[in-house]
Amino acid sequence: MASDKKYEPTNPTLKWVEDRLPIMGFVYNAVGAGYHVPRNLNYWWNFGVLAGFMMVVQIVTGIVLAMHYIPDITVAFDSVQHIRRDVNYGWLLQAVHANGASMFFVVVYIHILRGFYFGSYKSPREILWFLGIIIYLIMMATGFMGYVLPWGQMSFWGATVITNFFSAFDFIPFIGDGLVEWLWGGFAVDQPTLNRFYSLHYLLPFVLVGVVILHIWALHIPGSTNPLGIDVKGPQDKIPFHPYYTAKDAFGLGVFIIFFSVFIFYIPDFLGHPDNYIEADRLKTPAHIVPEWYYLPFYAILRAIPDKLLGIVAMFGSIMILFAMPWLDGARIRSMRFRPLSKFFFWIFVVNGLFLGYLGQISPDDILAFGWTALTYAQIATFYYFAYFLVVMPLVSRMETTKPVPTSIAAAVLDANKKG
Amino acid sequence: MTTHDDVVEERRNFLYIATGAAGAVAAGAAVWPLIDQMNPSKDVLALSSIEVDISVIAEGESAVFLWRKNPVFIRHRTAEEIARAIADDNAEDLIDPQTDAERIQKPEWLVMSGVCTHFGCIPLDQQGDFGGWFCPCHGSHYDISGRIRKGPAPSNLPVMDYVFLDDSTIKIG
Amino acid sequence: MKNINIKGLLATIVTAALLSSGANAATEGAMHPEKHDYTSTGIFGKFDIPSLQRGLQVYTEVCAACHSMDLVAFRTLEDLGYNEDEIKAIAIEYEYEDTFDDDGELISRPGTPADYFPAPFANEKAARSANGGSLPPDFSTLIKAREHLSFFPWATVYGEDYVVALMTGYHDEAPEGFELTEGLYYNDYFTDYAIAMAPPLFDDFVEYADGTPATVEQMSYDVANFMAWASDPTMQERKEMGLRVILFMIVLSILLYFTNKRVWRKIKKGQDIDPSQL
Repeated sequence: MASDKKYEPTNPTLKWVEDRLPIMGFVYNAVGAGYHVPRNLNYWWNFGVLAGFMMVVQIVTGIVLAMHYIPDITVAFDSVQHIRRDVNYGWLLQAVHANGASMFFVVVYIHILRGFYFGSYKSPREILWFLGIIIYLIMMATGFMGYVLPWGQMSFWGATVITNFFSAFDFIPFIGDGLVEWLWGGFAVDQPTLNRFYSLHYLLPFVLVGVVILHIWALHIPGSTNPLGIDVKGPQDKIPFHPYYTAKDAFGLGVFIIFFSVFIFYIPDFLGHPDNYIEADRLKTPAHIVPEWYYLPFYAILRAIPDKLLGIVAMFGSIMILFAMPWLDGARIRSMRFRPLSKFFFWIFVVNGLFLGYLGQISPDDILAFGWTALTYAQIATFYYFAYFLVVMPLVSRMETTKPVPTSIAAAVLDANKKG
Repeated sequence: MTTHDDVVEERRNFLYIATGAAGAVAAGAAVWPLIDQMNPSKDVLALSSIEVDISVIAEGESAVFLWRKNPVFIRHRTAEEIARAIADDNAEDLIDPQTDAERIQKPEWLVMSGVCTHFGCIPLDQQGDFGGWFCPCHGSHYDISGRIRKGPAPSNLPVMDYVFLDDSTIKIG
Repeated sequence: MKNINIKGLLATIVTAALLSSGANAATEGAMHPEKHDYTSTGIFGKFDIPSLQRGLQVYTEVCAACHSMDLVAFRTLEDLGYNEDEIKAIAIEYEYEDTFDDDGELISRPGTPADYFPAPFANEKAARSANGGSLPPDFSTLIKAREHLSFFPWATVYGEDYVVALMTGYHDEAPEGFELTEGLYYNDYFTDYAIAMAPPLFDDFVEYADGTPATVEQMSYDVANFMAWASDPTMQERKEMGLRVILFMIVLSILLYFTNKRVWRKIKKGQDIDPSQL
């Protein structure tokens, strides 16, 4: 939202700079006291800043690790051990970067689910939503390539499995046949593959920064939505970002860092796979090839479909469908606080997603409750996943009886405190 | 009616100062590893000292050893060379005045860095106008004690820490 | 908000539980190793220095015949309490052929603290040929490669537990009805109960320098501790720093909590809203 006043520095030197490059005014109006934001944002709104923080952490630790990592298949594994054992604080930087990837995804998943619940993707924030999905896709590509770099068993075989997905597209004329060899730079995952993954793993985060800037820009046009889902009606609905949300974000960041630190210092390998402590061996496939936890739901969807090509289509489709959400959801009210039936199906969707994650890490042949196989459960869960978007959301959003919505944000704040 | 500015102006509040200070400590602690990781790692530091067998160096000969990835000159000086070195102890043209005694532990063993103090080239042995070393890059002449006598180099070839473990072994670094 | 909190919490617990199960390759098709106590586990984990020294002895006298430890340098034995001279004495026992004389011939030289534990075999093929086709794994990261961490403490298997179990899990004969392939040995804890490594430890196989009785249980416990150090030498430093960081962050978060509260104090309940302007 445009600010109410122009930023005027009093100090003459600062004014000299500001006249030539209005950077202080820019910051003031973007995240400072000049940027006004709904006054009722709750802690679910902290996760965007936490995501930005994790992006910076990953880039900084990544750059520093790149000073020591060697992308050569004969020494890559050893160079990571060299970082952990010999580089000053290397063990710390590596643990932050490896666990930071997981934290980045934790924070982003919560951020996305906040979007689902509070209708953040609805008009006029559709492009903001699209940019978010693109950020997520870039994160997935970056994370995948990063995991290959230590050149452990999971690195190598994960790379082999994922790049082999593209062999399903061999029906495409001209490019289909050589697609996988083009990705590999050879006849299997090998030195050329490692080199290009390293190069792209370094590049993509900076592309990500650009998309994040567009994402924040797109946000600042309509401004943030709020837990009530109603539009800002007047100036009393809003407060300056600084100091209210800078303080709140700082507190949230402090708590988040405690959570992050538990992983870094006490369970740094919990989210990884022990097989990645074995150097890659192209003649020995591990008993279970498991991707990192943040890919597991999609891995489950992939394996749920017996056909190779359709499985891949379903897997990509499960993310692509997010682009259609602003139109699949026909509710005239944004926030699920006032849409009880939507809320009910949303929580089932969340539990279903967690269940898909569980199914992604066990064998499809495993027998679960009622004697059904994991594969059967994965098919049911995949069915619900798509049904939620294609059937539940369009119907429920348009047909449910909603609860009455407050007249304005400020009115709601006053009402809440009359009762209290 | 309060204004938002009132809040922003409560700067002197102790809570804010304490929080700000703690935050600064956290930021500093977080930045230090990022800087220290560029310092030499433990495996590099492990090679920070070497033991050299000098019994293979005959009188009147020099040898070059690699120490911390840089050349070290060890010369087994003859009596004549030692005398020449001492004779120039008080020469007027010494650019970086130093006596020979200040640069050696045993007079027949000259142990010093082989990196020219101008811009880092390696001087050539038994060349130059002073019977010592000559650096071809920019024309610095060092004498038989490794002192700069002529040319652009500002100081003598550095003598690093070393000890004689016995008569035939020197530990450098 | 209250409703969402409970559900969010539930979701977190469910997620953590789901994340933690999953097959452990090391114990599949075999018995689950028993848990033992180690000084290194837990928030206040520390290395048991005497045990590490004994474990080093077991490694060098027994395991090193077949198992390399390529990434551990002698200088790191400082962590085990050895001083510079003791480390030099250990290193000098080993020979390295990596320098050339003036004729260009390979010559051998004694080890220095900067060197790494030498491999017993020149290459993988030589190792396999000497071990019936199987490759004895390198010890540098082996403990980490055999661990299975779980949200549930009872399901967690530390690599140390696995090594102790493996060392003590041999049977003289395979059980009735079990078809043991020629050349393999029956072990309760190895995949499919058959392992190519012959039982490497027997009581009093090693004479401990500190006089501790060298039972198989003791030797396997010590070598497991040593291998855990080799796989993760910064463990103690990491946990000690972790305690300081987390305690500090708790204090900082409390300060930030009260800062936030104070910042919002005058408007939190809408005291600044003028109802007539709505």
